[in-house]
Amino acid sequence: MSGAQTEAQAALSAMLERIPYARFLGVRAELAGDEMTMVMPFGQHIIGNPTLPAIHGGVLGSFMEMTALAQLQVKEGAARQPRVIDVSIEYLRSGRPLTTYARAEIKKVGRRIANVHVEAWQEQRASPIAALRAHFLLAQGES
Amino acid sequence: MSDKDAVMHNIAQGMSQGSPYAREMGFELVSMEGGAALMRAPYKEIMVGDPDTGVIAGGVVTGLLDHCCGSAVHLSMTEFKIIATLDLRIDYMRAAKPRMPIFARAECYKVTRSVAFVRAVAYDETPDDPVASAAAAFMLDSSKGRPFMANMKAGQ
Repeated sequence: MSGAQTEAQAALSAMLERIPYARFLGVRAELAGDEMTMVMPFGQHIIGNPTLPAIHGGVLGSFMEMTALAQLQVKEGAARQPRVIDVSIEYLRSGRPLTTYARAEIKKVGRRIANVHVEAWQEQRASPIAALRAHFLLAQGES
Repeated sequence: MSDKDAVMHNIAQGMSQGSPYAREMGFELVSMEGGAALMRAPYKEIMVGDPDTGVIAGGVVTGLLDHCCGSAVHLSMTEFKIIATLDLRIDYMRAAKPRMPIFARAECYKVTRSVAFVRAVAYDETPDDPVASAAAAFMLDSSKGRPFMANMKAGQ
């Protein structure tokens, strides 16, 4: 891992560590170059339906929203303070009692708006359990 | 409250108490009328998304809206069915005020054989000044044919 890479990873981990809700969910970020994977281990506290059991839909939404925010920080730095405007969440499969992963793809970063798509999966990347599309409002950049 | 309403109210309440996430967050069904559910979440330290201001994470609002929408679906059905969120769209109008409880009011305005449609609003002081609004669709009987603990099995 290069020095810059270690630094970026440390900044990302520190940001998540500071957010109480991220700590509650138990999420962490893994960085490979500029590609980030968010990881959420399974725990009793994230169950929505205890009879299957299945992860709460709101937790999956939160997790993907956080993934989008973290990816924006990786790409744009913390200075642009992204604020969520809207999200559209698609639930594809029930979230099983397994570790969940998510990756965000930044579709566009403009002067004021960023468009981000996120997919979450468990055992198979090709079989996502949920997807999210979001718009964020950004503080004006330097340029 | 009719007998049927009382039963569905108990189911909606049971869903909050039976869902470990909702319990951790303190989501509580305050009232119901027709197909509408009013839910309250207390302000909790674990909900904070911005440690500098104490504002709760957008995800908490997402969770509350999802849960409240689900309760509204339960309230509007004549029998208990397992449901699953199919689609959830949320507009965030402003940050929730820190250190204040947040409310969600969801109305299930159409139930078909397989799908229920819901709209909801989240607010802290008055519904006229919303924090967020949501539109959701739920699958009914989503566990049909899937046994208890089905998700514990390998593969799907």
